[in-house]
Amino acid sequence: MSTEPKTLFEKVWEQHVVVEPEGEPTLLYVDLQLVHEVTSPQAFEGLRLAGRKVRRPDRTIATVDHNVPTTIEGRLNIVDQISATQIATLRKNCADFGVELYDVNSREQGIVHVIGPELGITKPGMTIVCGDSHTSTHGAFGALAFGIGTSEVEHVLATQTLPQSKPKTFRIAVEGVLPNGVTAKDIILAIIGKIGTDGATGSVIEYAGSAIRALSMEGRMTVCNMSIEAGARAGMIAPDATTFAYLEGRRFSPKGADWDKAVAEWSKLPSDPGAKFDRELVIDAATLVPYVSWGTSPGMVAPVTSRVPDPAAASNELDRKSFERALEYMNLKAGTPLDEIEVDRVFIGSCTNGRIEDLRAAARVAAGRKVSGHVSAMVVPGSQQVKAQAEKEGLDRIFREAGFDWREPGCSMCLGMNPDILLPGERCASTSNRNFEGRQGRGGRTHLVSPEMAAAAAIAGHFVDIRTWEVRQEVTA
Amino acid sequence: MEPFRTLTALAMPLDRTNVDTDQIIPKQFLKRIERTGYGDFLFFDWRQTPSGEPVADFVLNDPRYKGARILIANKNFACGSSREHAAWALSDYGFRVVIAPTFADIFFSNAGKNGIVLARLTQEEVETLLQNAQEIPNYQLTVSLEAQTVTDGRGFSAKFEIDPFRKFCLMEGLDDIGLTLRHAAALDTFESKHDNAGWLKAK
Repeated sequence: MSTEPKTLFEKVWEQHVVVEPEGEPTLLYVDLQLVHEVTSPQAFEGLRLAGRKVRRPDRTIATVDHNVPTTIEGRLNIVDQISATQIATLRKNCADFGVELYDVNSREQGIVHVIGPELGITKPGMTIVCGDSHTSTHGAFGALAFGIGTSEVEHVLATQTLPQSKPKTFRIAVEGVLPNGVTAKDIILAIIGKIGTDGATGSVIEYAGSAIRALSMEGRMTVCNMSIEAGARAGMIAPDATTFAYLEGRRFSPKGADWDKAVAEWSKLPSDPGAKFDRELVIDAATLVPYVSWGTSPGMVAPVTSRVPDPAAASNELDRKSFERALEYMNLKAGTPLDEIEVDRVFIGSCTNGRIEDLRAAARVAAGRKVSGHVSAMVVPGSQQVKAQAEKEGLDRIFREAGFDWREPGCSMCLGMNPDILLPGERCASTSNRNFEGRQGRGGRTHLVSPEMAAAAAIAGHFVDIRTWEVRQEVTA
Repeated sequence: MEPFRTLTALAMPLDRTNVDTDQIIPKQFLKRIERTGYGDFLFFDWRQTPSGEPVADFVLNDPRYKGARILIANKNFACGSSREHAAWALSDYGFRVVIAPTFADIFFSNAGKNGIVLARLTQEEVETLLQNAQEIPNYQLTVSLEAQTVTDGRGFSAKFEIDPFRKFCLMEGLDDIGLTLRHAAALDTFESKHDNAGWLKAK
């Protein structure tokens, strides 16, 4: 064994190398594959056609999340027949191939990236894949987790491996203390705004530094979730006491002596002192603020206290053209203060910000207030367990009394594959991860923000600076 | 997968940066359970108005580019969602090659699995091709995977890099699972040892 200091990524990678054939990509073992209804039907069909089995059903779990309706009535009778067929197909595939399915009626159904961690299936040091780009979420546990296409889903089902070229490593350290009102979401929006949506292409990011270590697991998942929005192959955070405290006692976490052994092994994973990264970036947490995206790419973000940028001021011709196009689609004028932009809809949820801590944060803002008369707002918990916990804490009542819709779990309006969509021209403050054209519904306009900022926008009817708005609200009251 | 050696075909310019896979194939077409039939929905929301009228100034509707099999796009092409439907739609529409300065990682992999050759050229070279394809009627490019070149027969010639194994698979049209199963014995050995790592078990 070499004694060179290693990064977290290198340690996980090396533990999963099956073979390194000369002149070919490394064959990497996959500890866990998560499956959902949208990107799996063609993969199972491929297995059938080739007469292949699922190699490791015990390393595979499935759920329905992308296109399930978020109302009880909608779930009982899915009117969209194509969606219904896709869900029925997953059900049949799971039964035929022996894969455990957390179905619509399961008390553990939810967004695939929410249920993996909360069931304790996601673990430090694992390799995890899913036919979904936000698989990077699981990197918050010190797993190497990345999104794959359907052909690769089939490949993993059949072989529990993937041929992979080794990515580069990129350490982003966020040092210091986050100011009040600035969240994990703002950290990652700031990073994407700084390095661009292709800033980490070909790399695995390791998020480090005191501000990252101070985050809860929910916050760490939010950061890792949007790694793909910076082009990264994956995002990772070293496991520590926070990670172990989150995992202990969960359904599929090791128990007793196995737990102690697991913690001992997981504790070996953090990057060694002096480990070399291909690239490093340090961000001062104290300089971060609440951000709002203004355009049609997650890199188009600005502090809530600033204005819609002027394309003429772009540093190059390519950016100028794409800024102009984005402003036209978003129906925004350069120079407009971001906190004057009015919203029609508010969406709180998704694999980015649909966890219990996100709902608590939004509920704190919503408590005792009313959603603005011209805004329609909804809260979609990330999973049944998140929903049950929120209801136990009375968060559903707070939201309902404030005028928010309280829904059943799923991906919902993050990508609008179910009935939850924006109408053409509607403007939405969203806690999700993508502000692409039409992402939340054709012609819809998405602004990405933190849960606190989304809840405040619902109440005020326009974006506000959460740091000063809450103080002003108290004074007025 | 259809093997790829050399292709000479009409080139279509799509001069936009950060084209995401939500644009390449919008979500409403992700509900199908088939692998084929996505070509008609390629760039759907850019091709059609909400009322179903063709958008006249969108390049896919421009009769000059009918039958194009090579797409020229700008940087960070096919970023965002992992949907392989994007590769299926491009391929089903008829594209066998996409030329751009950079591609997003997941799409890069998906394209390879569907026999689509991705040629990374420099920003400058791509700008030249975008301009030529807009200005020169019936602008044809030749893409040779063997030589790793893009040429236009009128003076433009550029070389692109490609991983030798990826090149081999594309040229032979090889199925990945079959290739992996060459290592079945190594996999069995690895797996039986790896299964002892209880802390890496899913359940």
